[in-house]
Amino acid sequence: MNTGTQALSNRATTAAVAGNFDRRNADWYVDKLIAGLVFVCGISAILFVLGIFFFVTREGIGFVFEKMDFREFFLTPYWSPSDAEDPEHGILALIAGTASVTGLAMLVAVPFSLGAAIYIAEFATGKTREALKVLVELLAAIPSVVWGFIGLVIMNPLLIKWFDVPVGLSVLNAGVILGLMAAPIMTSIAEDALKAVPDRYREAAEAMGATRWQVIYKVVLPAAKNGLLGGVLLGVGRGFGETMAVLMATGHAVNIPSSIFDSVRALTATIAAELGEAVVGGEHYQVLFTIGIFLFLITFIINLSADLIVRGIRKG
Amino acid sequence: MVELATRAATTDASQQAVAAVPNKLEVRNLTIRYGSDVALRDVSLSIREHEIFGIIGPANAGKTSFLKAINRMDVFTSGMRVEGEIHFAGRDTRHLNNVYALRSRIGVVFPLPVGLPMTVYDNVALSPRLRGINEKAELDVIVQRCLTRAALWDEVKDRLNALGSLLSGGQQQRLTIARALSQEPDLLMLDEFSIAVDPVTTMRIEDVLKELRQEVTIILVTNLVQQARRLADRTAFFLGGECVEIGVTEDLFTGEVKDQRTRDYVEGRFG
Ligand SMILES: Nc1ncnc2c1ncn2[C@@H]1O[C@H](COP(=O)(O)OP(=O)(O)O)[C@@H](O)[C@H]1O
Ligand SMILES: [Mg+2]
Repeated sequence: MNTGTQALSNRATTAAVAGNFDRRNADWYVDKLIAGLVFVCGISAILFVLGIFFFVTREGIGFVFEKMDFREFFLTPYWSPSDAEDPEHGILALIAGTASVTGLAMLVAVPFSLGAAIYIAEFATGKTREALKVLVELLAAIPSVVWGFIGLVIMNPLLIKWFDVPVGLSVLNAGVILGLMAAPIMTSIAEDALKAVPDRYREAAEAMGATRWQVIYKVVLPAAKNGLLGGVLLGVGRGFGETMAVLMATGHAVNIPSSIFDSVRALTATIAAELGEAVVGGEHYQVLFTIGIFLFLITFIINLSADLIVRGIRKG
Repeated sequence: MVELATRAATTDASQQAVAAVPNKLEVRNLTIRYGSDVALRDVSLSIREHEIFGIIGPANAGKTSFLKAINRMDVFTSGMRVEGEIHFAGRDTRHLNNVYALRSRIGVVFPLPVGLPMTVYDNVALSPRLRGINEKAELDVIVQRCLTRAALWDEVKDRLNALGSLLSGGQQQRLTIARALSQEPDLLMLDEFSIAVDPVTTMRIEDVLKELRQEVTIILVTNLVQQARRLADRTAFFLGGECVEIGVTEDLFTGEVKDQRTRDYVEGRFG
């Protein structure tokens, strides 16, 4: 028995077999080629990001270094960059506009999407579950201009009628629209996070006599909290970056809001609305790109932290 | 030898006590189906207060399904249907308004250890907290007591705040037992607990179970016939959805058995 095995292994390591170990065949070349191709694709994603960042920075950086007054830029609410005599470049009101709309949007979207995700992941079964998931994905695919349209044509008159206010294009309008817009994506992410919690945890807790809600509250939500937080942050990032819907639903008035019925203007909407009329390379043009850099940094930070949180790395 | 004699004595004692002590669990004509497949057919047995009741049998005998039916986990397995009667503490568990209350009286230990994704402390404090115990001092006492009884306290007392799911397999299994004990259960059901546990830990857990038999009724499902022999007062042999034999454990190994298949299985001549 033992000698038989030995004879076999001796035969297997003949020179003919060993020679194959150096011969590169078609499979080997295909492997290298594919590896090279996907490497280029992967790297190009980084190149695109860097390229865009470089372009935005180049257009805006001149202003930052030569003319920008940081105090005026971040701390004053006066925005009249196209004024021929005395242009003013304070973006505080724009920041306030973006922040208030995004904040309200999250107040709408977080409970809504969390509730929806819990229902879909923990309670719905079979066909209901599949149907809801498809529906949520469908909602996520609605173009933002359609949401803006809903804000302008449906929400606007409704708000005027219900709250007896002169204009219905306001923080409230844009916040609700943006919240509804962000909710489907956040629901999707939250649902993924809940589904990633293994069933054996639920079973173990249920076997102890925990009710469905206790299982969700004590076991599932804490286990999924990183994914859930990441989802919320991605929603916040979405709110900051959204342009069309907020342009249409905020009223686009430079203003630090004192109530949710005030019109405001968002950072993104300002760029979208004014870039076309600004002289290329001029001061106005440069300021808009400076706002671009600012937005880029903010969304970068938000997305990065979302990513880190999802991976469970907490900043110490 | 001495141990055998003691065991025989306790067995006698528990048999004498049968008349006085009501059965903890009575199962009558239990049939379990998954869709049209029968997993367990017409099983009737009763389990006495404070005994370790062993269930042995090869894979797919219906052992796990039996346990699931007892604490009404069947509702979470789609397609699982249970017929027959299960009386626990005198109540027909088929007709309860609050199954959660029933489950909270029954501790379950699964084949693969399930350390919940929370700290060791929180794992053991979960059930008391669900019962409404929130005082730190009281929880501390419960946590220490349960971990000690599960032979885990010495190993984890310095890292009660570590994630329970990061303990080793054997430790997680003892954590699961501690968690089950924290329910202060009337009935403890263990389903092939040693499948993912090393032999040394298995022996430690077996010692724990021997001590626990004073306080709690135990159903021990095991794939190791010798484990049943070491621990169980009485043992049932399940095979392919049938309860082939029930008897005093030692009789299954040495005495007369009703069915030749039982003898074949316990002697490892099977298959
Ligand atoms: N969730 C399920 N769905 C369908 N069939 C199942 C399910 N769980 C168990 N079964 C079937 O029921 C029978 C008994 O299984 P089980 O109770 O797990 O046996 P054991 O624990 O003795 O191995 C097996 O034939 C198994 O295939
Ligand atoms: Mg099993």
